[in-house]
Amino acid sequence: MTCRHIPYHSDMTQTIFSAQGLTKVYPMGEVTVQALRGVDLLLSAGELVVLLGPSGSGKSTLLNILGGLDTATSGTVRYRDLDLSKASDKELTNYRRHHVGFVFQFYNLIPSLTVRENVAAVTEIARAPMRPEEALERVGLGHRLDHFPAQLSGGEQQRVAIARAIAKNPAVLLCDEPTGALDSQTGVVVLEALEKVNRELGTLTVLITHNAGIADMADRVIRLFDGRIVEERRNSTKKSAKELSW
Amino acid sequence: MTALDKKLLRDLWLMRGQVLAIAAVIMGGVATLVMALSTYDSLLTTRDRFYRDYGFGQVFASLKRAPESLAGRLADVPGVATLETRVVTLAKLEVPGFADPAVGMIASLPDHGAPRLNRLHLKRGRLPAPYSENETVVSDTFADAHKLNPGDRIGAIINGKRQTLILSGVALSPEYVYQIAPGAMFPDFQRYGVLWMGRHALAMANNMNGAFNNVSATLTPGTKPQAVIDRIDELLAAYGGIGGYSREYQFSNRFLSEELKQLKTTATLFPAIFLGVAAFLLNVVVSRMIATQRDQIAILKAFGYGDLMIGAHFLKMVLVIALLGVSMGIALGAWFGVSLSHVYMNFYRFPYLDYVLRPMVFVIALAVAGIAAASGTLLTVGRAMRLPPAEGMRPDTPEVYRTTLIERIGLQRWFSQPSRMILRHIERRPWKAMLTILGIACACGLMMVGDYQRGAVEYMLDVQFNRSAREDLAVTFTDPTAIGALHEIASLPGVRRVEGFRDVSANLRFDQHKYRAALYGIEPDGILHHALDTDLNAVRVPPGGVVLTDHLAERILHVRPGDTLTIELLEGNRRVIEVPVLGITKQYLGVSAYMQRDTLNRLLREGDVISGVYLSHDPGAEAGIYKRLQARPRVLGQVAHANAIRSFNATMGEFVLFFNMISALLAASIAFGVVYNSARIALSERGRELASLRVLGFSRAEIGYILLGELGTLTLAAIPVGFLVGIGLCGVLVLSFNSELYRLPLVLEPYNYAMAASVVLGSAVVSGLLAWRSLGKLDLVAVLKTRE
Repeated sequence: MTCRHIPYHSDMTQTIFSAQGLTKVYPMGEVTVQALRGVDLLLSAGELVVLLGPSGSGKSTLLNILGGLDTATSGTVRYRDLDLSKASDKELTNYRRHHVGFVFQFYNLIPSLTVRENVAAVTEIARAPMRPEEALERVGLGHRLDHFPAQLSGGEQQRVAIARAIAKNPAVLLCDEPTGALDSQTGVVVLEALEKVNRELGTLTVLITHNAGIADMADRVIRLFDGRIVEERRNSTKKSAKELSW
Repeated sequence: MTALDKKLLRDLWLMRGQVLAIAAVIMGGVATLVMALSTYDSLLTTRDRFYRDYGFGQVFASLKRAPESLAGRLADVPGVATLETRVVTLAKLEVPGFADPAVGMIASLPDHGAPRLNRLHLKRGRLPAPYSENETVVSDTFADAHKLNPGDRIGAIINGKRQTLILSGVALSPEYVYQIAPGAMFPDFQRYGVLWMGRHALAMANNMNGAFNNVSATLTPGTKPQAVIDRIDELLAAYGGIGGYSREYQFSNRFLSEELKQLKTTATLFPAIFLGVAAFLLNVVVSRMIATQRDQIAILKAFGYGDLMIGAHFLKMVLVIALLGVSMGIALGAWFGVSLSHVYMNFYRFPYLDYVLRPMVFVIALAVAGIAAASGTLLTVGRAMRLPPAEGMRPDTPEVYRTTLIERIGLQRWFSQPSRMILRHIERRPWKAMLTILGIACACGLMMVGDYQRGAVEYMLDVQFNRSAREDLAVTFTDPTAIGALHEIASLPGVRRVEGFRDVSANLRFDQHKYRAALYGIEPDGILHHALDTDLNAVRVPPGGVVLTDHLAERILHVRPGDTLTIELLEGNRRVIEVPVLGITKQYLGVSAYMQRDTLNRLLREGDVISGVYLSHDPGAEAGIYKRLQARPRVLGQVAHANAIRSFNATMGEFVLFFNMISALLAASIAFGVVYNSARIALSERGRELASLRVLGFSRAEIGYILLGELGTLTLAAIPVGFLVGIGLCGVLVLSFNSELYRLPLVLEPYNYAMAASVVLGSAVVSGLLAWRSLGKLDLVAVLKTRE
C-alpha cells in the first residue's frame, strides 16, 4: 500500500508517527555534529505537540526527518504504513505533496509570487486542496490576496506560510519556530491561526520552539536536550493562544 | 497559467540584466552561424542561378587561330550540347582623364542576336548594333570604376591599332564574376576591364576574319568533361590549342569556388568556435544562476514538487533565455548576412542576390543553444535536488577557507585585509575561478581571431612585395620578345633597373598529381624579383631544374627536392620534358614554379627571349614610363605594385572593417555576458557577507573593492590566457584556410593583442559599473534578517 492511499483524517487515537532509535550525524565543514542520539516517539492524529529545547538540541532535525526533508542516520521512523527511513525519493516527494504542511521560521515564501499565488503553488499539485482564498481566510488574510511578500509584515508573511501549509488539507502540520522571527504580539496572532487549524481540521500539529511560554497551548510537550528526549508531559489544562505571553 | 509559470516570468523579469547578458552570449554565437551560413547559401544559390540563366559554359579552350569551318566538327564531338566559337583578345585601354595603363579583355558577341552561351546581363544600355564597327559593352566593374555610361567613348589599342570605342551598354557575365588581370594578384577594377564587341569588328581588328581563337561549350547531361576536352584538344592541336579545361578550372569560377569553399570553412569553423564558446559559457553561467536558486528548489521540494516538475521549471526558464538569444542572434545574423553578401558582391559580380536563410539554420541554432542551456541547467538542478530539502534551506555551512599560498609563503603583510579576502575567495574555489577565467579568455581569443586577418594580409603583402616581387612595375609583352627589348626599356628615362623574365603555361605532373601553372624563368641573380627560402630570405634559383612553392610541392604535387617532375609545355614546341625539383620556396600568395631563364629558354628551344620585364624606377618617373611603354605595340600590360596594393587595400578595407566590427561586437557581447554574470552571481552569493561588512562599517567602495577586485583579478589573469586561446584559434584558421590561392601566415601584431585586451577590459569595466550600481541598492537590514 503506498502512502497515496492513506486516508487524510482519523480520530485522536490513531498513531500517525512512530519513531525508534533515531540518530542523525551531520558533517559540518571539518567537524561532525551529532544532532540526534536515539529518539523514540509516538505522535497521534489531532494532537498539538510542542517540541521544546534550546538551540542545538536536535528539534529541527527531528522535525525535518518527520517531514521527509531529511533522512535519519540510523533508526526507523514510520508515517502510518510508510517507512520514511526506507522510502524512495519519489515516495518522499509524494508524502510531502499530499500529507505534510510546513511552516518555517523565515516563512520561505517565494518572493516573486503574490500571496494567493504562493498558496496556489501548493494547491495546484495537491489532490483535494481547499481554495487558496479559503486557506487565506482561515488565517485572516482574505483581504491581502494580491500583495507580494515584500509588502507584508513578518506576522502576515508567516500567516501566508500557514495558509500555504494547510491549503492541501494535510494530515500533519510541521512548524519550525513559527514565531521565532516575530514579536510576541504578532506571534500570538500566528499561534491563534495554528490553534484554529488544529481544532477545526484536526490536523496533527508539531510545533518547535525554544520558548517555554508557548508550551502551555500544547496537548503534549516534549523537551529535547543534546539530541535526546529528556522530558515528556501532557498538559492537563490547555491554554488558548490568546492567553499566552512571553 | 500555473503559479510556477508566473514565478518563472517574474524571476526572468527580476533577473533581466542577467537574462540579457546570457542571451547576448547566445546571440553572438548564433549570429555568427546565421551570418556565415546564410552568406554561403546565398552566394551559392545566386551563382547557380546566374550560371543557369545565362548559359555559362562547361568546357573552354583557347587556341592560336582556327578556321570557322572547324566549328561544325567541334560541335559534333559526342557529349557537346551547345558550342560557340569566339574571338577573344587582350587590348590596351585608354580612359579619358585616367593616366595609368589599363588592360581590357575583349570577347566577341555574335553580330546577330544574343550569344547562346555566356550571355550578358545588361545593367544599362543595349548590346552593340549588328555589324557595328565601334560599339562595345563594358563590364560593370570597369564602368563603375570610371563612371562610364552608354554613349561615352574610350580608346583601345587592339592588335597594335588604336580605335575609339563607344559604349552601348554596361553588363555582367557569368564568365567574369571575378575579374582579375592576367598576372595580377588582386582585382583592380580601374586598370582591368572586360569588353564585348561584335564578332565582325573584333575579327577584322585581329586578322581573325572567318576564324576563331576561343571555344566554349555546354555538355549533354551525364557527360564527363574530360572526354570532351580530350577530343577538342585533338581537333585543336593543329591550330595552336593550348589545352581545354572544364568549368572547374575556368578562372573566374575557380576563384569563386575557392572563395565559397573558404566561406564554407568560415561558415562551419567560426560558428563552431563561437557557438562552442557560447555553449560553454551558457552552461557555466546558467549553472551558477541556478545554484543561487538552491533554497527555492528546496522549498519546492518541501512542498512535494517532484524532480521532473522542478527540472522542467528551470528548464523552461533557461529555454526562454535561449530562445531570446537565438531570436536576437537570427535577426542580427540575417542582417549581417545581407550586409556581408553585399560586401562580397563588390568582388563577385552578380546581377542579383538571392538571399537564402535555410530553416535548418534555425534548427541548428536552437538545438545547440538549447542543449547547452539545458545541460547546464539539468546538471545543476540535479545537484541541488540531490540535497535533502532541509539542507537546501539551511544557510550554507561556513566555507572552509585557508590561508592562501601567498600568505603561507609570508607575503601577507603586503596585502590588506580586503585583498586577502579576494585571494582567499579565489583560492577557495579554484574551479569556479578557472571557469570564469576560461570564459573571459575565450572572448579575448575570439576577438583576436576576428582582428587577425588584417595583420596577416599586411604581412602577406609585405612578404610578396617587399621581399619577393620588389619591382615597381611588371611589363608583359604580347608575344615572347628578343632580349633587345630589355635594353630598350632599360634606357627609358627614370628606369633604374630591369630584369627580363620568361613565363609559359605548363602542366606539371608527378605520379598521378597534375597541376596547371605558370612556369617562370627568372634571372638567377635578380635583385628585383626572386624566390624566397623558408626563412623568407632571397634564394638563388639553381640551374638545370625547377624550384616550387611549398604548397605546390607538398600539398598539390607531392614532390620533394630530388624528385623528377614532368612538365608539358603548352606553348611553342609543346615539348614534354623531365626536370629535377631542386628546392622549395616560401610564398603566401598563389603558387609558382621557378627556373633560371636560360634553362627555360633552352628547354623551349628558343633563343634569348623574354615574355616581359620587371623594372624599378625613380620616384615620380612612373607617369612618363607608363606613357612610353603604352605606346609600344609589343607591350600589352603593365602592373604597378603600388597601384595593386592601393586598390587591394581599398577593396579589402571595407571587408576588414566589416569583420572587425562584427567580431568586436560579438567578442564584446561574450566578454560582457561572462563578466556581468559573474558579477551578478557573486553579488547574490556574497550579498549577506558584503551586507554584513557594510553593517560593520565598511564603505561601499571597500565592499565594491572586495567584489569587483576579484573580478578584476580574474579578468587580468584571463587576458594572457586569452592570448594563448587566440593564437590557438588563429592556428586553426590558418590550417583551414590553406589553398593554392593563398595561405594565411600565423602572425599576430601587437595591436591584435592590444585590441583584444581592450575589448575585454572595456566589457569588464561596463559590467563592473553595473554591479557597482547594484551594490548601492544592497538592503542591509533585509539581507541580514532573512535568507532568501
